Amino acid sequence: MLPTPDTSHVPYARVYEPAEDSFLLLDTLSAASETGFLASRFSSSRTKVAPPPLVLEVGPGSGVVLAFLTAHAATIFGTRDILTLGVDVNRFACVATRLTVSKAVEESASTAGSFLGAVQGDLVGPVRSGAVDVLVFNPPYVPTDELPVPPAGIAEKSKTTFEEDSHLLALSYAGGRDGMETTDRLIAALPDTLSERGCAYLLLCAGNRPEEVKQRIRDFGPQWRAETVGTSGKTAGWEKLQIVRIWREPVEGDTAV
Amino acid sequence: MKVLTLNFLSCAVKTCKSSSDSFPLHPKEAELAKDDVEINPQLLVNVLPRIDWAALRTTSTELGFPTLPDQPPTAEELEADEKMLQELHTLLMEMQIVEGKLVCGHCGHEYAIREGIANFLLPSHLV
Repeated sequence: MLPTPDTSHVPYARVYEPAEDSFLLLDTLSAASETGFLASRFSSSRTKVAPPPLVLEVGPGSGVVLAFLTAHAATIFGTRDILTLGVDVNRFACVATRLTVSKAVEESASTAGSFLGAVQGDLVGPVRSGAVDVLVFNPPYVPTDELPVPPAGIAEKSKTTFEEDSHLLALSYAGGRDGMETTDRLIAALPDTLSERGCAYLLLCAGNRPEEVKQRIRDFGPQWRAETVGTSGKTAGWEKLQIVRIWREPVEGDTAV
Repeated sequence: MKVLTLNFLSCAVKTCKSSSDSFPLHPKEAELAKDDVEINPQLLVNVLPRIDWAALRTTSTELGFPTLPDQPPTAEELEADEKMLQELHTLLMEMQIVEGKLVCGHCGHEYAIREGIANFLLPSHLV
């Protein structure tokens, strides 16, 4: 078991506290199936040179997942040569992520990759097209009647009211219709965001209708794959939470990878 | 955030994404700080093919760093050039932008950087 990053400094009144979903991402991304997949794609071997992947976490919140990936790069990606970046709509989450990552990297200096920083933004809005090799998203997936609007104003202040804190937290979990309104925007942006060798890890709950979500991604085209690679919380035959890996495979007769 | 981050960011305005002028963003009134990071020559050699060299060259010049050559060094050239390794290490791995703005060359929108965190949230009329 790789150590879980310390998040004791994170202000949980306004930043999402690591929970079952976060830990499912840690378990899945460090499982042999995924470290094998990631190393085969992103670590160099005698027969191929793989430039360092850009690992982007969208909505890192406390930063626990991004810190885990950065600190344990050598174990998870088979190489320390990775670059990591976080984009969060909540400025407090950006500050928290930066500290969580730097603490974890200090603890595991011999296996750690390079953290670029955390920027405040809406999903992949600030990221250059085709730049992302590994995207991780633990979305606001809870079905809710209303979708909270990202508040450009709130996050600019260092002091917040209780209502503003509640709004920031709502942004981290409230997903609107089917809990999919924000995730659907991210999925729509994937073809333009991921590099040719890129892949994405997306967390879904049962209420998100994961089988339909995976089918929608496969419908992007014959290269696209979407498979469940981690699950937790089985209740009455339904997986409460699952991680879907999304990637492209070259298809026969197609020279592009 | 590290200066290298600019190699992976572009203007967040949708209509700018297709314009080559929206990348790289141009630092303005930038305050820099330097982290002490142990040099990893292999990482620098490996990261070269991952970098948009022309964009890095622009960023480096705009931030007042030594002008980079027109073409990126080959792996062999870089491995043999200790000065170039050190310069690239400083620019890519150690330099942080702490305060300032990032300006889109297409729409002119300015993204503020405060305490090392750039704000790419757009005002509602640009979303």
